[in-house]
Amino acid sequence: MKALLSIEGVTVRFGGVDALADVGFGVPRGALLGLIGPNGAGKTTMMRVITGMVRPQAGRLAIDGTEISRLPTHRRVRMGLGLSQQLVRPFAGMTAVENVALAAGHATTANPLAALVTISRAAERDRARTLLQLVGIADAADALPDKLPLGYLKRLEMARALALDPKVLLLDEPLAGLNSAEAPHLADTIADLNRQGTTVVLIEHNLIEVMRICRHLVVLDNGRKIGDGEPAVVMADPAVRAAYLGSQEERHAAA
Amino acid sequence: MYEISLLTVMSFSVIFALSLNLITGFCGQISLGHAAFYGIGAYSAALFTTGGGSFWLALPIAMAVAGFFGFIVGFASLRVRHDFLAITTMGVGFLFTGFVRQQEFLGGEEGIAGIPDPGIGQIPYMLLCAAFAAAVIAFSLYLKRSWMGHAFDAIATDEDTARTLGIDVARYKLTAFVFGTGLAGLAGALFAHYVKFVEVESFDFIESISVLAMVIVGGIGSIWGVVVAAAVLSVLPLLLQVFADYKLLIYGVLLFTVMYFAPGGVDSLMQTLWRRISGRQRRDKGQ
Repeated sequence: MKALLSIEGVTVRFGGVDALADVGFGVPRGALLGLIGPNGAGKTTMMRVITGMVRPQAGRLAIDGTEISRLPTHRRVRMGLGLSQQLVRPFAGMTAVENVALAAGHATTANPLAALVTISRAAERDRARTLLQLVGIADAADALPDKLPLGYLKRLEMARALALDPKVLLLDEPLAGLNSAEAPHLADTIADLNRQGTTVVLIEHNLIEVMRICRHLVVLDNGRKIGDGEPAVVMADPAVRAAYLGSQEERHAAA
Repeated sequence: MYEISLLTVMSFSVIFALSLNLITGFCGQISLGHAAFYGIGAYSAALFTTGGGSFWLALPIAMAVAGFFGFIVGFASLRVRHDFLAITTMGVGFLFTGFVRQQEFLGGEEGIAGIPDPGIGQIPYMLLCAAFAAAVIAFSLYLKRSWMGHAFDAIATDEDTARTLGIDVARYKLTAFVFGTGLAGLAGALFAHYVKFVEVESFDFIESISVLAMVIVGGIGSIWGVVVAAAVLSVLPLLLQVFADYKLLIYGVLLFTVMYFAPGGVDSLMQTLWRRISGRQRRDKGQ
């Protein structure tokens, strides 16, 4: 099956350190792919390479067979990437619904001239409210971001990414900051979106939810890919177990 | 009549201040050299009409020339941000005055005198300037409500995140620069044909800071706040000799006070006041 998003030979060096070393994987159309690994494995760097915020020293990226390696971020977004960042970045002066409506108006904002002659935001606001409802924060639609807790902001970030109608939705730790009731609920929402046809790449530390909803895993450790395949098979791999258990032992030792 | 000249000065000052508000307030791009575009508009209009061209044609020409240079300078905003952009635009301002001083065809240190009167009389000229000011206010209000204003707002807050929403930040910034500098050019042309004499001192660094002070005192991005600040600050030196003598000192104190105590400027002060008044009324009704 041809990959919707294909990543080949990505290498990123920060100073003398390889943040990513020759990492490649494909995201098949319709996949719900979990990109996991211990802290510092290079997951977020990979996400930033995909969106064009980090330029790799080597590597090739393509969406639907079209190479995007040299395109700036906004062009990649318009080609179908939607990004929900780990560190939430809502626009502070806009309410939740305005934040999402701005993304929902991506067809209008794509052309400054069209943006200049267009006033009505009604349709985009409606869509924004629907998406806020979908991620479960409809009650905060008219609140300013600085009044909202992190769990809400994570979901706002996701609603904003969804408003771009992405072919591939990139989610960087969407469940972090959510409580034990909210996390499975949002994970279910992600799984639902995927069932409705959105291809999802999920970076997540919450392994219980990852194992529950993902049908494909890519595991990174120290900037290298150490696993790629079905979740049960990948997690049974001794190298993956060692990377995870090792880091958890270290964490326990540190704590 | 004295009131007529006050209203005329007020009008092109409002246009000038709103033109910077578009770049700095709406799109978040600081400029410490905005007077250069006011000057480019004034000089190109002056050259055109002293050469026999029509005043009415001079206005769009001044806008086009200033907007063209604004487009070029706008590229700087794509490469540098925040304080670096402030320094870069300050450099552009010095470049303008430095260049003009050395050019014979621009009158060098002497400036250009004998700019022909538009020939419509004082009151119609005042009304013309006021009409342009009203049009620029209306354009600003429209822009703020449009999707372009929405995108500007996003870029001013966090341009990296704006990119992740598919917004072509570069094109929007350039658009803001072209609109803002073009309107500064219009203000410059109106100014030149009011005083009928242009010299480089009218467009120097102090003038750039003065117009930035109008925007900051009014409330960065606030249309009505900037209109009020520009209207008041532009005519105070004409009304009060003290203000004229101590203009820099007063601007300095104003800038410091606003940034320190009320970074939202006149606009946020009015809103706070309004909330207090309406809050008191609600409480009074409740009792």
